[in-house]
Amino acid sequence: MTIALHVLATATVQVDLHAIAPEVVLAGALLAVLVIDLFLPDRFKEINGAIAMAGVVGAAIALVTLIGEHRTTFNGMFVLDSYALLFKFLFLAVAGVLLLMTVDYLNEEVRGAQGEFYFLLLASLLGMMVMPSARDMIALFIALETVSIPAFVLAGFKKRDASSNEAAIKFFLIGVLASAVMLFGMSLIYGVARSTNLAVIAEALQGRTHDPLVSASILLIITGFAFKVSAAPFHFWAPDTYEGSPVPVAAFLSVASKAAGFAGLLQVAFLAFPHHTHVWAPGFAILAAATMTVGNVIALSQTNIVRLLAYSSIAQAGYMLLPLGVVAGKGPEVQGDAFASALTYILIYSFMNLGAFAVVIAVGRRKPGNLISDYEGLLQREPGLALAGAFFLLSLAGVVPTAGFWAKFFVFRAAISGGTIWLAALMVVNTLVGLYYYVQVAAKMILREAPDRERLGVPRALTVAIALMVLVIVVVTVYPDAFNHFSPRSTLIAL
Amino acid sequence: MTFDKWLLSLVVFAPLVGAGLIAMTPRARKDLIHFVAVASSGLALLLSIVALARFDYGSTGKMQFEANTSWISTIGARYHMGVDGISLPMLVLTTLLTFLCVLYTLKIMPKPRDKRKGFLALILLLETGMSGTFTALDLVLFFVFWELVLVPMYFMISIWGSERKEYSAIKFFLYTLFGSVFMLLGFLAMYFRSDVGGAHTFDMIALQGQHFGGVGFQNLVFLGLFLGFAIKVPMWPFHTWLPDAHGDAPTVGSVLLAGILLKMGTYGFIRIALPLLPDAAKDWAPYIGALSVIAIIYGALCCLAQKDIKRLIAFSSVGHMGFIMLGISTLTPTGINAAIFGMIAHGVITGMLFFLAGSIYERYHTRQIDDIGPGMLQKIPRMGVIFVFVGIASLGLPGLAGFWGEVLALLAAFNPAPGLPNSLFRTYMVLGGVGTILTAGYMLWLIQRLNLGVLREKWAKDRQIDDVRSIETLAWAPLLAFVLFLGVYPRAIFDITTGAVNGLTRVFR
Repeated sequence: MTIALHVLATATVQVDLHAIAPEVVLAGALLAVLVIDLFLPDRFKEINGAIAMAGVVGAAIALVTLIGEHRTTFNGMFVLDSYALLFKFLFLAVAGVLLLMTVDYLNEEVRGAQGEFYFLLLASLLGMMVMPSARDMIALFIALETVSIPAFVLAGFKKRDASSNEAAIKFFLIGVLASAVMLFGMSLIYGVARSTNLAVIAEALQGRTHDPLVSASILLIITGFAFKVSAAPFHFWAPDTYEGSPVPVAAFLSVASKAAGFAGLLQVAFLAFPHHTHVWAPGFAILAAATMTVGNVIALSQTNIVRLLAYSSIAQAGYMLLPLGVVAGKGPEVQGDAFASALTYILIYSFMNLGAFAVVIAVGRRKPGNLISDYEGLLQREPGLALAGAFFLLSLAGVVPTAGFWAKFFVFRAAISGGTIWLAALMVVNTLVGLYYYVQVAAKMILREAPDRERLGVPRALTVAIALMVLVIVVVTVYPDAFNHFSPRSTLIAL
Repeated sequence: MTFDKWLLSLVVFAPLVGAGLIAMTPRARKDLIHFVAVASSGLALLLSIVALARFDYGSTGKMQFEANTSWISTIGARYHMGVDGISLPMLVLTTLLTFLCVLYTLKIMPKPRDKRKGFLALILLLETGMSGTFTALDLVLFFVFWELVLVPMYFMISIWGSERKEYSAIKFFLYTLFGSVFMLLGFLAMYFRSDVGGAHTFDMIALQGQHFGGVGFQNLVFLGLFLGFAIKVPMWPFHTWLPDAHGDAPTVGSVLLAGILLKMGTYGFIRIALPLLPDAAKDWAPYIGALSVIAIIYGALCCLAQKDIKRLIAFSSVGHMGFIMLGISTLTPTGINAAIFGMIAHGVITGMLFFLAGSIYERYHTRQIDDIGPGMLQKIPRMGVIFVFVGIASLGLPGLAGFWGEVLALLAAFNPAPGLPNSLFRTYMVLGGVGTILTAGYMLWLIQRLNLGVLREKWAKDRQIDDVRSIETLAWAPLLAFVLFLGVYPRAIFDITTGAVNGLTRVFR
């Protein structure tokens, strides 16, 4: 009981404001958008976007002042370490680029309602920012819900579009189901460990490595996260939701929201259950195998580019889960490899997928059907856009020596060093399957004749966003250590 | 010295920078695009000649112009470049041939001609991949350059190719990719079994002398490397991508493919498979020899059946690469020297043959031998004479470049490395000898069908068909000079390679 009462005993919680400064700035920005939007006439609605961007930049500046720090506040619920910093920078970068990608889309599609869009986006971002710092089940759960609930609304943002409504409802129902499953697992764990703090749980469960109740609870929690990261067989919502949502929202879900899910997942797995790798690692191995295979195989038959990217992002989640599947009973070296490679994969994936979605947004302005056949001869219409798009697709496919190849290479190496050869082999087969559909779309852009030579006209902000993503991917292509530098240092596990 | 340290990096990356600049140049600035292409590939050629001049011929077995810095620290992959007597000739061949291809393209651009920018950029990108492959001394770096070649070549064939271009391009792509997956597995296996001061390594030099805990394991790794390299060479029975890719590629695509890309496979055997896995190499050598001899005979027989001039030259490559692999499989200094010489000679001669085939196609708009011939010599006499010269070099006439590689490979097979079955290799030698006769047969027959006889009336009246143009003279003259020079003075190559090869084959003695 002493552990449970600990929180109550220290009634006056010391809050380290510097540690939560980025979140505070972001919260300020989102409230500002909410209030100021009320007084803005339609022709000045762009100001919301500027405020949102200012919030993201401000949060990033606040975050820069925290580099190198290790701070704990709210009685250990909120920890700011290099791991948290890394993810927070990722989320802010993704949000910044996403704002660039969205500004013209919103001005053209939902001019009057864009205030709400920015508000919801920032709210979800706030949840993400808290996620990698949350070292307590309750904080983790709150963060996860803060990420998800605004996202449900964002998915249904095209109010008069039936498929957008369907997307939102599907996402909502499955999302709350996942939350319920996870919460159930968490409550059982609390019953056993008598604490919600991840580190305390790890200590309490050390002697209970073969307790079926603990094992079942761990699997429940993992299942909850599996929904969030759209791992098969819990992936059904993703393609429909991505297709129905506004394309920028789909980009947001498939990149930021997924990365946030992974951040939480890594924390829970490595901090709360380090002594239960024999329980969760096989689970992840099966999830990874199913996710890669299902995603890739179904992607083969898609005709809609957004659905293709949806299935591709499912498959990519499989590669990210894979390293977690090889650590069962392994030493710190293998665990470190696995952890670092999963982290690097998430980072690289985020940028290349965001780039791919940016290209889809650019083309979708003129071709709202988002059919793959719309991309035929893109090279002749918009050479720069087509080359960037092909580059992102080849990178997603893992063509050597793109950044995507390095991501896959690190994961593959982790799988081999963990000795899980069957997963490594399955990964190779999946990569080849993936290669087929990615390259096919890229080839359509480059090789086919366009039906006409009409230019698409890419807005400037979107061009900047795409150029930034190309730059990031090129840098990582040439110097893979760029991301690798972060991952080992930010490792959660003591090596 | 700093300059020496970064010299190779400059050679390798100058074309990449050129490709980037071309990509950024507006399409309308044709002259500027041409200038950048010539300048960057010319710079690479110039710098590789500088390397040739500054090379220390007293110690060709030693890596020179080495650069070795940290690259991907987490996996211990390093940016390690260097050349020795084995790789230096390959590097110079690469920069020379690419430069000539760029020159040729300035005037004779394959269709679609409006995409000049992309084509030149791809040639330069290809050059970076090729010269990087010959200079990388780290397995990961090697793999990156090796794969870098795929994408430009794929686009080169599928955009500027002819006939079934997309089919051929994807076939080339998938075949090579399939092989390289196994190659990568082999690299990783060696990495995890290596122990250099308590750490794993990808460094090719450091990996030499690691025994990886037994012949069984080595043999398995060798299988992976074999698949990667053998598909690239290509050895029989992995050669089926080659006639399609060569046949449908644009002229300079075929030149670079035959002249350099194929050598990446044989180079991989010499640089990686043999020195890193010597025990496995001994086990594998008889089988490699057998496949090589099959390739020699099979390639020649296929040539006899071809009606398409480009496909014929492509199949002749299968046979010539067979001689090179036969030399390698003997594991002797003579054999490997012969192989390297053969690589250079084949690069020059077959590169030249593809240039000729391309130029003939450009004029006649057909690749059918019986349609072009007979009597080409009467219509375009200078082109005809050059064709005879290069064709005879290709069949291995003494005094020209093609001779030394073949005859020394056969000689080496007479006396393979200790431990290899003597009688078996002597059988290979006899069969290879039969192959040279067949080679002479198809090549002379080709020359006869094309050049001799009475000119068809429709060609006689065609005023579009002109003889060798000045740009062709310019692009071909160096190659023709090399064909003769290497034929009469083979020491030019052997003096560079022998020291390095002796060092390499010491483990087999």
